[in-house]
Amino acid sequence: MTLPGGLARLRDGALSLLGFLALWWVAAAHVHSADLLPSPADVLAVVWRETLSGTLPLAIGITLARVTVAFTLSMIAGSAVGYLAGRSRRADAYIDPWLIIALNLPVLLVIILAYIWIGLNEAAAILAVTVAKVPTVVVAVREGARTLDPGLEDVARAYHLPRLRRLRRLVLPQLAPYLAAAGRSGLSITWKIVLIVELLGRPNGVGFEMNLYFQNFDVAGVLAYGLAFAAIMLLIEKSVLQPWERRASAWRHA
Amino acid sequence: MLDVRIVRKAFRRNGEVRPVLHDIGFAVAAGEVVALFGPSGAGKTTTLRIVMGLDAEFEGHVARNGRLGAMFQEPLLAPWLTVADNLRLVVTEGVPPPDIPMLLAEAGLPGAGRRLPRELSLGMARRAALARALAVAPSVLVMDEPFVSLDPQLAGSLAAVIRARATRDRAAVLLSTHDLDSVLAITDRILVLSGHPATLQADVTLPAGATARLAARGDLLAAFPFLARTETTASPAK
Repeated sequence: MTLPGGLARLRDGALSLLGFLALWWVAAAHVHSADLLPSPADVLAVVWRETLSGTLPLAIGITLARVTVAFTLSMIAGSAVGYLAGRSRRADAYIDPWLIIALNLPVLLVIILAYIWIGLNEAAAILAVTVAKVPTVVVAVREGARTLDPGLEDVARAYHLPRLRRLRRLVLPQLAPYLAAAGRSGLSITWKIVLIVELLGRPNGVGFEMNLYFQNFDVAGVLAYGLAFAAIMLLIEKSVLQPWERRASAWRHA
Repeated sequence: MLDVRIVRKAFRRNGEVRPVLHDIGFAVAAGEVVALFGPSGAGKTTTLRIVMGLDAEFEGHVARNGRLGAMFQEPLLAPWLTVADNLRLVVTEGVPPPDIPMLLAEAGLPGAGRRLPRELSLGMARRAALARALAVAPSVLVMDEPFVSLDPQLAGSLAAVIRARATRDRAAVLLSTHDLDSVLAITDRILVLSGHPATLQADVTLPAGATARLAARGDLLAAFPFLARTETTASPAK
């Protein structure tokens, strides 16, 4: 029996995931040390224990809040700068060198400097993540702004369309595929940076908890927190960002 | 209604200045249809862009009273908006709310309001663009090659719509075209643009009556052979 495209894809994905779990299980059984490589069941047991105690949900909630704030700020700032760079050659000439430096700056350097200069506080953490993420948003939105249809710009000017209507009805729909792509790739980068920021200088969150378990060489705990959060981010990406990207790009592929 | 005076217009590229328009002056009165002719590259589109207010880098002035309805060489419809939303897009504050089904019917696209531009042929998209230009109840209607890529029958029906708007609503109409025959029946005056830089070679008021117009057509073709050349390449045989 042949399944429709979408279902067949889902089946193959599930099979691949099951294969990974089986491999992990076999490897854990082979290593014979729950301290070094716990089995998926051991990790699941920790997830269950930490969920019941409330520590895992709280840590995930705190990290999600940081991801949301940093992601939103970087999207807003990156979109504004990217649009400016894409629309004005002169602005781009000023922005581009900064962008090249920012893109090649190690994230760790940004985080350490933010903590040293601003202090070990929430503002420094969010700022570090935002600064690390903004350049990739700028690049994506600049590309989108460069491809804005000059013909539609002529329509807007000839009919004296109000600025807000131009932005909402003509500019944003053209930028939407680029914003969605920047958002999707951006989220996966953002949450990974947030974990590092938490590991280095916050008293709570998934990264902080992972650091605690790391200090005790508790691999099951590290994996429980890391994988639980990764699963949640994957779920957000699949259920929110990917459909948004498809919708935003629909008119281009029609 | 529309008063155009272009003393000089030049393009600059790599430090080189290339004059394209020189000493062009004409007016279009309310209710008048004026057709702008010229060989390819003569500066018709440049002139119309200046009239539409899209190019301000020229010496001279353009005085325009009332709302502008603009139709470009390409339909330029936003692909993510339905045809009706494309029409609504240009209706700004102070413009009376348009009767969109009626406008679409007038442009020969009845019932197409819910369709997306990708579902339209080029000819249909051009008709939608005409409906959009009419949606603002324009006092001045400026159209760049409105009949290009349309079959003669359709071109004729759109020409009739444009003429009706000029006569009924007293709109001043300025259009550029390659197809002398598609506008012969509706235009009041013909402007001929030619040369490097382009200047106004002729400003001919057409006589009333079909026979007299045909005679005027013959005179124009004799004086400006490029009209015949472009006419045969752009207009399919009837």
